[in-house]
Amino acid sequence: MQNLKNGFKLLLKYPSAVVGILLILMLFAISIYTIFAIPYNTAIDLWRGGETVWGHNPKVVPPVWVNWWRASKLPETIILTMEDENALVERKPSTAGENLIITYTFDFQADEVPQDMIINFAAKYTNRSPFVSVFWTTPDGREIRVTEQGITFTTSYRAIQDEKLKRRLGGISPDLALFDNPDTEEIDVLKGTYKIVIDALTFEEDSVITKAEVLLHGKVYGWFGTDTQRRDLTVAILWGTPIALAFGLTASFGTAVFSMIFAAVGVWYGGWVDELIQRITEVSINLPFLSLLIMIGTFYSRSIWTILLVTVVLTIFSGAIKGYRAIFLQVKESPYIEAARAYGSSNTRIIFNYLIPRITPLLIPSLVLGVPAYVFLEATLASLNLGDPVLPTWGKVIQNAWQGGGAVYNGYYYWILEPAVLLIITGLGFALVGFALDRIYNPRLRDI
Amino acid sequence: MKAKTETKTAIKPASNGKGAGDLLLSIKDLKVWFELRRFGFGHAGYVRAVDGVTFDLHQREAIAIVGESGCGKSSLMKTILGINIPTKGKITFEGKDINLYNKGDLQWYRSQVGYVQQDPFGSLAPFMTIQRILEEPLIVHGVKDSKERLRRVHKVMEEVKLTPQDEFMPKFPHQISGGQQQRVVIARAMILEPKLIVADEPVSMLDASVRVEILKLLRGLQETYNLAVIYITHDLSTVRYFSERIFVMYAGKLVEKAPMDKLLKNPRHPYTQALLAATSDPDAENATHYKDVPPGEPPSLVNPPKACRFHPRCPEFMDGLCNVQDPPEFMPEPDYHTLCWLYDPNLEATLAAVKQDQK
Amino acid sequence: MENNALLNVEGLKLYFRTSRGTVQAVDDVDFKLPKHEAVVFIGESGCGKTSFAKAILRLLPRNVLEYSGRVYLNEQDTMQMDDDEFRNKVRWVRMSMVPQAAMNSLNPVLKVGDQVAEPLIIHLDLTKAEALERSKEMFKKVGVPVDFLNRYAFELSGGMRQRVAIAMALITNPELIIMDEPTSALDLLTQANIMNLLKRIKKETDASFILITHDIATSSELADRVIVMYAGQIVEDGDAKRFFEKPLHPYSQKLMASVPRLREIVEPEFIVGQPPSLIDPPKGCRFAARCPFVFDKCKQDPPMFNINERLVKCWLYESGKERADA
Repeated sequence: MQNLKNGFKLLLKYPSAVVGILLILMLFAISIYTIFAIPYNTAIDLWRGGETVWGHNPKVVPPVWVNWWRASKLPETIILTMEDENALVERKPSTAGENLIITYTFDFQADEVPQDMIINFAAKYTNRSPFVSVFWTTPDGREIRVTEQGITFTTSYRAIQDEKLKRRLGGISPDLALFDNPDTEEIDVLKGTYKIVIDALTFEEDSVITKAEVLLHGKVYGWFGTDTQRRDLTVAILWGTPIALAFGLTASFGTAVFSMIFAAVGVWYGGWVDELIQRITEVSINLPFLSLLIMIGTFYSRSIWTILLVTVVLTIFSGAIKGYRAIFLQVKESPYIEAARAYGSSNTRIIFNYLIPRITPLLIPSLVLGVPAYVFLEATLASLNLGDPVLPTWGKVIQNAWQGGGAVYNGYYYWILEPAVLLIITGLGFALVGFALDRIYNPRLRDI
Repeated sequence: MKAKTETKTAIKPASNGKGAGDLLLSIKDLKVWFELRRFGFGHAGYVRAVDGVTFDLHQREAIAIVGESGCGKSSLMKTILGINIPTKGKITFEGKDINLYNKGDLQWYRSQVGYVQQDPFGSLAPFMTIQRILEEPLIVHGVKDSKERLRRVHKVMEEVKLTPQDEFMPKFPHQISGGQQQRVVIARAMILEPKLIVADEPVSMLDASVRVEILKLLRGLQETYNLAVIYITHDLSTVRYFSERIFVMYAGKLVEKAPMDKLLKNPRHPYTQALLAATSDPDAENATHYKDVPPGEPPSLVNPPKACRFHPRCPEFMDGLCNVQDPPEFMPEPDYHTLCWLYDPNLEATLAAVKQDQK
Repeated sequence: MENNALLNVEGLKLYFRTSRGTVQAVDDVDFKLPKHEAVVFIGESGCGKTSFAKAILRLLPRNVLEYSGRVYLNEQDTMQMDDDEFRNKVRWVRMSMVPQAAMNSLNPVLKVGDQVAEPLIIHLDLTKAEALERSKEMFKKVGVPVDFLNRYAFELSGGMRQRVAIAMALITNPELIIMDEPTSALDLLTQANIMNLLKRIKKETDASFILITHDIATSSELADRVIVMYAGQIVEDGDAKRFFEKPLHPYSQKLMASVPRLREIVEPEFIVGQPPSLIDPPKGCRFAARCPFVFDKCKQDPPMFNINERLVKCWLYESGKERADA
C-alpha cells in the first residue's frame, strides 16, 4: 500500500503524467455525467432512432460550434408550430368547416439557406380532405405562393421536391430561391424577418387541422452534429465514453490479474500444472486473434460481452504469462518463500500473499497501458461492423460514417473526426500516465 | 581517558549448566536423494544430498553442523524443517515418527521447529511491514484474535531487543539495518514458541561487528527458553560460542561427531583437520607460511567417489581400503565418532584382509 | 615512507549523487604504496573501500558528483589523463583488478581461455595465437588445468573460476593488482587454496597488491601493511605485524576484538551502533559516536598522527606516543 501511495506522489512530478491524469479524469467525468443524464435504456432507444425520434433533426450536419469560425454562418433548425407563442392563429368559420389561418414569423440571419422547408400537416376528416394554401413573405415584402394543395390525414410537404414551385421561382431550387436576395446576381441570402401564412380550409363539421408545423432544417445541429439517420451524435459520443472505459478497464484489469494468477499457480505447483498452462498459452499465442474474433462475431454473437470474454480469455493466455512466469521462477527461490513453507503456510497463501504481491508494482504500468489497447480493439471491431449492434459506441459511429455514410468521400469530416479525437484522447491520457508509471516502477528507465 | 575494562571470561557452556534434557529429535540413517531427470522423462541418476545421517538431539542441546557448500547440509536442514521428504531412514520428533504424521501433525511440527535463515533481507517479504511479517506465522497457525497476535509480536520483539516496538512495527525491511533484519528473522522463528531452532549460517551475511551481537542474542534465547539449536555454518571460528557438539558434514555424510573442545583440540578425521588448518585467527604470522590444506573441490553429489568420499583429496589415503570399502563409524575415544579407517582399532588386520581380497 | 612509491594517492575524493543525497564515498584520502608490497584494506560494508579501488581505476558510476585528487602511478598523475588514454595505457595494462565475486563476472558466452587472452589482444596488440599461448602459461601459474582453456565459465567450479579471474588480472603483468574480496564467496578449503596461490604469486612477481576485505582473518594471510577504513576515511595505516599484535585506533581495536577466535578462548565483543551513513557524515571524528574513549577534542576531525611510522587518525595519539593502556 505504501508503495502505491509513494508511487502516486512520484507520478505527480511528471508533467506528462499530470496531463494524462487530467484527461482521464475528464473522461470519467463525462462518463458519470452521461450515465445520469441519459439513462442507458433511453440511450439504446434513442440510438435505434427512427423518424419519430429524430424527425426534427437535419440530416448529416456538423455541430453548431463550427459556426464560430465560419465566415458564412450556417443556419440552425427552425421549427414553427401552431402552439408557438408568436404564431398567429385565426380560426374563422367557413362554409362547411372552418378556415384556419396561421401566420408564422421568424427572423433569419444566417448566411446560408436551410436544408429544406418541410411543412407537416395532420388533419382529421371523414370524407372530404381539407385544402391548404401556403404563402411566403420575404423581408423585402415579396409574397410568393408556395403551394396550394389538398392534404390527407398526414401530409408532408417538402419544398425542395416541389417542381411547380421551382418553375415559379425561375428554375432555382426552392430551398435557395425562397431566401434568395433578388437584387444580387448570385444566390445569397436575404436576411430579415420572414412570414409564412398557411390558409387551411376544412369542409366538414368536425374536420380539423391538428398540425401544421413548419420545419426549416438547419445546417448545423447540437454539440456533435447529426448523421444520415438524423440521429444526434451526442448520444453516441457521450455514451461511447463509459462504454470504452468499461471495456478497456475490465479487459485490461481482468487480463492482467488472471495472467498473474495463472503464472503464479503454474510456477508454484510446477509439474503437469505448469506444463498444461504453458501449452495452453503457446497454442493461444499462435491463434490469429482478430480473425478469431471476426469468426465468433459473424457466426455466434456480436454482443459486446461475448467479445469481451473471448478477448480476455485469449489475452490471459498470451505472452504476459510467460513474462510473469519468468519473474515468478526467480521469486519462488527467495528465502522468504522458503521461510513461509517452514512455518507451515498453505500453498494458496503463498501464491496470493507472498508471490503475487511481489510483482503487483510491475503490473500497474502494463495495466494502465493496456486500457487504450482494448479501447482501440473495440473500436476496430465496431468499425469492421462486428461491434455490438445496439450499443452506441465510438467505433459504431466510425463505422456508420465510413461505410454507411461515405463520410470521407462526401466531406462529412466531423462525423469521423469526433470519435477519432475521443479515441486519441483516451489513448493519450492512459499512455501518458502509463509511461510515467513505467518510469517510476522500473527505475532503470528513469534516466530516459 | 581510561577505557572501561571489559572482563574477558571464558565462554559459558552453551547449555547453561543444566545439561541436556530429554531426547527431542532422533535421526536414523537418513537418506535424501533427489531424482535427476533427463529431458523431463528419463532417469539419469540421483543427487545423494543426504546419504546416511544418524544423530540424536536433546532438549537444551546446541549442535553445530559444519561443512562446505555442496555437502548436503541445506538438504538435511530442509528435511528437518519438514520441507523435504526423506527418501529413506527415520526422523523421530518427541518419540513420534515424522513419516507417520498426518496434515495436522505436520502443521504442529512446523510450529515446533523455528528457522533462522542466512540472508536477512531476502528472508523478509519486502512488501510487508515488520508487524505483518511477524504476524504471518501466527495467522497461519490459527491465532485469530488480532489483539493476541499483537501481544505476542510485542513480546517477541522485546526478546530480540527490537525496541521500541512501535517504532519498528510499521517499518519495511529495507528501512532497517542488516543486524535488525536478522533480529526480525529470529523473532519470526521464535514467535510460535518452538522447541528446536535451525539456524542456517545466521550471521555470515552480516558485518563482523554485528555477528557477535546476533550470536550472543541467539545463545541468550537458547538459554532462556531451553531450546535445542542446530547451528549450520562453514565458519569454524564461531562454533566455539555456540555449541557443545560439532558434526562435520562431507558429501552427504557426517564424517565426524564429537564434543566441541575435544574436536577442536584433537581433530581426527583428515577433513576436519583440513578445515581447522584452513581457519585462521588474525595473526601476521599467517603471511609467512602456506596453509596445509588438501587441494581439490568438494565432490559432486551425483557421482560421489567410491567408498570414503574424501579419499581423492585425503593426505592419509590408503589405497585398496579407502577407495574400496566404506568406513564404518569408529570411536577413538568415548563420545567421539569418526568415519575414517585410520581409527580402525584393527587397522592392520583390515588392511591385510583387503590385500588378500585383491589377490 | 620512501619516495619511489609505486602509487601515490593525494586527496582523492569520490562523491556521487543519489536520490537520497550526496554519498561521500571516498573523502580526501592520502595513500602511498611502495613497490612489491601487499597492502590490505580492512573495513566493514559501506566504509568506502570498494569505492576507493574503483576510484583509483577510474571505474566510475554514472552519477559522479566529484572526482578529484591526484593519483601518481610511478610519478605520473593518471588523473590528468583523459579517459581514452587512461583506458589504453593504464587500466589493465599497469593496474588491474579482480572484482568482488569475480567468479560470477566471467563472460558466460566466451571460453575462459579467450577471456584471459583478451586483455593481451586489446592492450598489448598480440595476435590471438600469441595471446592464447600466454594464457596457457598463466593457467598453469594459477593452477587451472590447461585443457580448461576451451571450457566455458559455467563448466568450472567456483574455485576454478576465481583462479581464472585472477589469471585475467595478472596476464598483462601489471604493476598494481587490486583484489576486492577475492575469497569471500568460496568454500573454506578453496579459500585456503586460493590464499596459498596468492601468496605464491606475491613471491613470484614484482607487482604490488591491494587486497580489500572485511574478513580480518583472511587479511592477515597476505598483508605486509594494513589500512583500516571507516566511513570513507583511512583511520589507521601501518605495518601488519605490529597491527595484528596491537592495533592503535579504537575502531581497529574493537574490530579485532569482535573476531571470534578458533584457537583462543576469548569472549568476542561487538561494537554498539552502526557506521555512519556516507551521505551526511558527522562532523569531527566519525567514530566518536561509538568510541569508548571519546572526549571533547573528538568534535574536530583529527589529522593523521605518526607513531613510529604507523599512522593513526585519532586525537588519543596527539602526543606522538603509543598509549600505555591500550
